[in-house]
Amino acid sequence: MEIARHWRQRAARYRLQGQRHRETGEVRFPAQPPAIGEDPAVWEAVELSGRGELYSFSVLRQGPDGYEGLVPYPVGMVRLEEGPLVAAQLTDCAEADLAIGQSVEMVTRQLLDTGEDNVLVYGYKFRPVLV
Amino acid sequence: MMKPERPVGLIGYGAYVPRYRIAAREIARIWTDGQGGVPVDAKSVPGPDEDTITLSIEAARNALARAGVTIEQVSAVWVGSESHPYSVKPSGTIVAEALGATPWVSAADFEFACKAGSEALTAAMALVGSGMATYAMAIGADTAQSRPSDALEYTASAGAGALLIGPAEESVATIDATVSYVSDTPDFFRRADRPYPVHGNRFTGEPAYFHQIQSAAQRLMSDLGKTAKDFTYAIFHQPNAKFPQAVAKRLGFSDSQIAPGLLSPQIGNTYSGAAMVGLCATLDVAQPGETIFITTYGSGAGSDAYALTVTEQILERRNRAPLTEAYLKRQVFIDYAVYAKWIGKLVMG
Repeated sequence: MEIARHWRQRAARYRLQGQRHRETGEVRFPAQPPAIGEDPAVWEAVELSGRGELYSFSVLRQGPDGYEGLVPYPVGMVRLEEGPLVAAQLTDCAEADLAIGQSVEMVTRQLLDTGEDNVLVYGYKFRPVLV
Repeated sequence: MMKPERPVGLIGYGAYVPRYRIAAREIARIWTDGQGGVPVDAKSVPGPDEDTITLSIEAARNALARAGVTIEQVSAVWVGSESHPYSVKPSGTIVAEALGATPWVSAADFEFACKAGSEALTAAMALVGSGMATYAMAIGADTAQSRPSDALEYTASAGAGALLIGPAEESVATIDATVSYVSDTPDFFRRADRPYPVHGNRFTGEPAYFHQIQSAAQRLMSDLGKTAKDFTYAIFHQPNAKFPQAVAKRLGFSDSQIAPGLLSPQIGNTYSGAAMVGLCATLDVAQPGETIFITTYGSGAGSDAYALTVTEQILERRNRAPLTEAYLKRQVFIDYAVYAKWIGKLVMG
């Protein structure tokens, strides 16, 4: 049971909440603890737009436990328009639908069903832009 | 009829339909050797990572994008469905969290078979109309269950409609009045812990769908002093292709009035989403000053009817989010084997 671990990440996973530096404007995703000696107040929570470009992708043909029913499924690295590079599953698409550099958008989907007596885990994935 | 003290309307609206479809003929191939008629052409199928919560999130994001209000101003996120992923644990909290509405928000799940979403809509009208809140989100969403080979399997599909209710003066369409008609009618039910619903045979049709819808619709038109001809468009709950067309005809509505919102032939019965997605598709084409009549239906049974008037603001707001057509167009057909795997109909041993 890892309910707490999943729960702790809900803002980042459900709605791409990251951090922005109040002075430099730098955006980080996922959020990180402040550096030693750094004032934690300089980082404010910010929700990212979810829009970005496909930086790279691959197709998983042997999935980890819990993903057997999904294979083959694409995974990718997405360069978000705010700057961060995020690794995520790609959904609503097949390998043939994908090309490096194409526009993608974030959707919130089921990431994992941890079992009948356990929680459903939700989080961000990316798909080719709808329109 | 019921009208809030403070006039209310739709500030934003949003639809969602999964990209996968199964042809009704493909289901017939498995169970009837392709013989006999089918009630729709195809139905939408949720992808393997989709459920009522994820459908609701995307529909609600579309509604918020159209509304252009900040999420902090939304005081309720209410999700109507008969396929909430948890029996105990609200879908509403997860949807509200994904929208960024938490923690100062009311979240709840509504249940009334296929009209769970319109129950949420009427409640949201009251919350806003009483002045308790400025904006409230009402969502109808389902990933409907059906027993393999059952007649329902041809139509039970997936989709969501989200409506953000707010003050009439800010709306893309005002909600002028509503009525709700219910009666204890055992036409369709699913007992606790059972995987699939069943039909109460003779109760389907006349005493259920037709009686409740006609009662609600006629009462609202009568109270408003209007007839079918006074409305530009009409939407009815759509469990198949025939019923909504038949009830529209009985009530005096023409084929062209119901055409923009009649989606069941393409996507099946999205249950709590059905009338609401039909409303979204109608709002996608409606012009300022036009009027919309919508009647939902939920087994058990009951109907809610609403009369809406479209405002000038529709023109600027409707293109802020994908039109319903964008979801209807992106269809990827799957066969029965893939469908059975994704819907969880395979027993893995």
